[in-house]
Amino acid sequence: MGILKTFALGGVHPEENKLSANAPIEVLPLPKQAIIPLGQNLGAPSKAIVKKGDKVKVGQLIAEASGFISTNIHSPVSGTVFKLDNVIDGSGYKRPGIIINVDGDEWDESIDISDTLITEITDDAQAIIDKVKKAGLVGMGGATFPTYVKLMPPPGKVAEYLIINGVECEPYLTSDHRLMLEKGQEMLIGTKILMKALGVSKAIIGIENNKPDAINHISVLAKDFEGISVQALKVQYPQGGEKQLIKATVNREVPSGKLPIEVGCVVQNVGTAFAVYEAVQKNKPLIDRVVSVTGKAVKKPANYLARIGTPIQQLIDASEGLPENTGKIVNGGPMMGKALTSLDVPVVKGSSGILLMKKEESSRKVESPCIRCSKCTYVCPMGLEPYLLSKAAKLAKYDIAEDEMVMDCIECGSCQYTCPASIPLLDYLRLGKSKVGAIMRDRNKK
Amino acid sequence: MNMFTVSGSPHVHGDDSTKKIMYGVVYAMIPAILVSVYFFGLDAIRVLVLSVIGCLFFEWVIQKYLIKGGTTINDGSALVTGILLAFNVPSNLPSWMIIIGALVAIGMAKMSFGGLGKNIFNPALVARVFLLISFPVQMTSWPKPKAITEGLADVVTGPTPLGIVKEGLDAGKTMSELKPQIPTYMQDLMGQMGGSMGEVSALALILGGIYMLVKKIITWHIPVSMLGTVVIFSGILWGFNPEHYADPVFHLLTGGMLLGAIFMATDMVSCPMTKRGQLVYGFGIGLLTILIRIWGAYPEGVSFAILFMNAVVPLINKAFKPKRFGAKPGVAINQ
Repeated sequence: MGILKTFALGGVHPEENKLSANAPIEVLPLPKQAIIPLGQNLGAPSKAIVKKGDKVKVGQLIAEASGFISTNIHSPVSGTVFKLDNVIDGSGYKRPGIIINVDGDEWDESIDISDTLITEITDDAQAIIDKVKKAGLVGMGGATFPTYVKLMPPPGKVAEYLIINGVECEPYLTSDHRLMLEKGQEMLIGTKILMKALGVSKAIIGIENNKPDAINHISVLAKDFEGISVQALKVQYPQGGEKQLIKATVNREVPSGKLPIEVGCVVQNVGTAFAVYEAVQKNKPLIDRVVSVTGKAVKKPANYLARIGTPIQQLIDASEGLPENTGKIVNGGPMMGKALTSLDVPVVKGSSGILLMKKEESSRKVESPCIRCSKCTYVCPMGLEPYLLSKAAKLAKYDIAEDEMVMDCIECGSCQYTCPASIPLLDYLRLGKSKVGAIMRDRNKK
Repeated sequence: MNMFTVSGSPHVHGDDSTKKIMYGVVYAMIPAILVSVYFFGLDAIRVLVLSVIGCLFFEWVIQKYLIKGGTTINDGSALVTGILLAFNVPSNLPSWMIIIGALVAIGMAKMSFGGLGKNIFNPALVARVFLLISFPVQMTSWPKPKAITEGLADVVTGPTPLGIVKEGLDAGKTMSELKPQIPTYMQDLMGQMGGSMGEVSALALILGGIYMLVKKIITWHIPVSMLGTVVIFSGILWGFNPEHYADPVFHLLTGGMLLGAIFMATDMVSCPMTKRGQLVYGFGIGLLTILIRIWGAYPEGVSFAILFMNAVVPLINKAFKPKRFGAKPGVAINQ
């Protein structure tokens, strides 16, 4: 297993609460109606290519990428397009989407739905990238950046390491953990495929030490894969952040404002590696994913393989219903997830978990004056001073916020988690980031 | 219909709070409180009670009737100031002077800057220096520590070890001639030396410091850089002429050095925000303390040194930023 590594700056260690860690992945029954928002990736939303009344099969293309940073969307179900309408998404706003009435489960013929493991990789790098692009893959860890873009380093940049993110540093979430235990073989083949696409000879799978079973399992399997090694990591949030993971595994620092490729690294999530296996070896587009349903009051914390478009109500019902004193529903983990406004929100490509919080856990503590304890500065993994940035944002001193590098904030929430005065630091930092970002874009236009 | 709370992430909070930190400091002061009561008896209790009640009262009155806002006397910060103020005065200080000290600490040093978290200077130290300058005689007549078990006889006052050394050296005596007059290091550790109520026992203060380090209320940076600077600077002088300069251990154990390094300089509100800045700040306090002790007019310089460095904190905060991630692009350092 080697020595435990971690990143150098800051970090916190919230209660892990991995309640669903021992629950094997269950296949969730099909929904009656699939709700498919068109904006499922970071970047431009996709463009619908079906219309009301069209018959669709599972895996059929229903929306196309509308630009470079955009992805295809395939029908996760078979049935009839009920309508194209605004649907509620994870942001709480109504945005364009496709609603499909489900009828049976008829798959597109080109998809290999057998269980046979295909080890041999026959496609060349370009063919792999094309397939990944066609299948509509995005980063499955929650950032939803189109995967194929990361496989094409800009001219002059060379990838040296592929780093597979199996950290799952968010409390509660266990979907990556279960995937590593149950689909380890596939995930490793997917890693091999990604290595081929990038032309790298070394891949490191980073896993935090609170998942010893996954570390052992993947280490044993990885012996058959040349160039892939497993790195056990000390439990420390936000180790799953790209920059922190690169620092922890290969001790390189991505320069401020730059991408990981600058230091010769490409980071992909274990869920993405698995999806790459399915897309390249089985020709299966991204139409389902593993979602944890968890929370202290949840009767049956579980991990479900759910089709994209399944309303989360159905996932919660499968876990024996919404606990009575639920006060907040979080899409994702408690540190970076988004609070949802409704149970009609569907599973999307970036959903890693549904966290149900009890009423008493749901509201923030009362804010009190900053006592300048500097704990926010100590825990910031980017070496920023959240107390100062929040004050700058509050007073609309955006020039100070920019000079003090507010744009480097990765929004991990460690500062706010730590603050003894319960100041909503990250709220102010987000405000600062959006204002400074707009100012910078304006300046670039001139 | 279900109504759900919607707010930005993070959705969980660690269990730290201002109150926890303040009461953590209070717990850390318990050993020193016990020692002061042991040596100074009922007088110590009088000073402590008056100082604490005074600070809480002025905080409450000012917030309620002058600022006309909510009161925060429960957060523990005025309690900490009250105890620290008591630690910083002789146990025989007249009661009315203690009340004035509390008014200066809370009213002048804390509330006039905007209350908790906004004061530039350490409130208890401002009060100490205010009292020292206004009432120099009462503030420098130090009762000799006498175990409570020896009965409640009349209080005998005497100079502090620092005072003995300062006066002696100024009068042309050598350190070896002064040696019999000053307490041994063991007596310094246990608290058998003249001084302010809270500063007499080095051991009790160190215990409190260890507790605060373990509870992560303070970090090592300020005490270590401050005391390290004191040791190095006074050590160099002592190395030159041991007859004319006191040794580093004497400087560490006497006066307000440990009280200052552990409880006063580490005050969150008035110290720098980054660890680098804190090292510079500690260095400055150590250097100034020795300068004042050796060449200044007062035998003791910790309070002045801390207050002076308090004033420099905004500049330190500007000059010493944390190590930013990715500031120095590190390609292939190892592996």
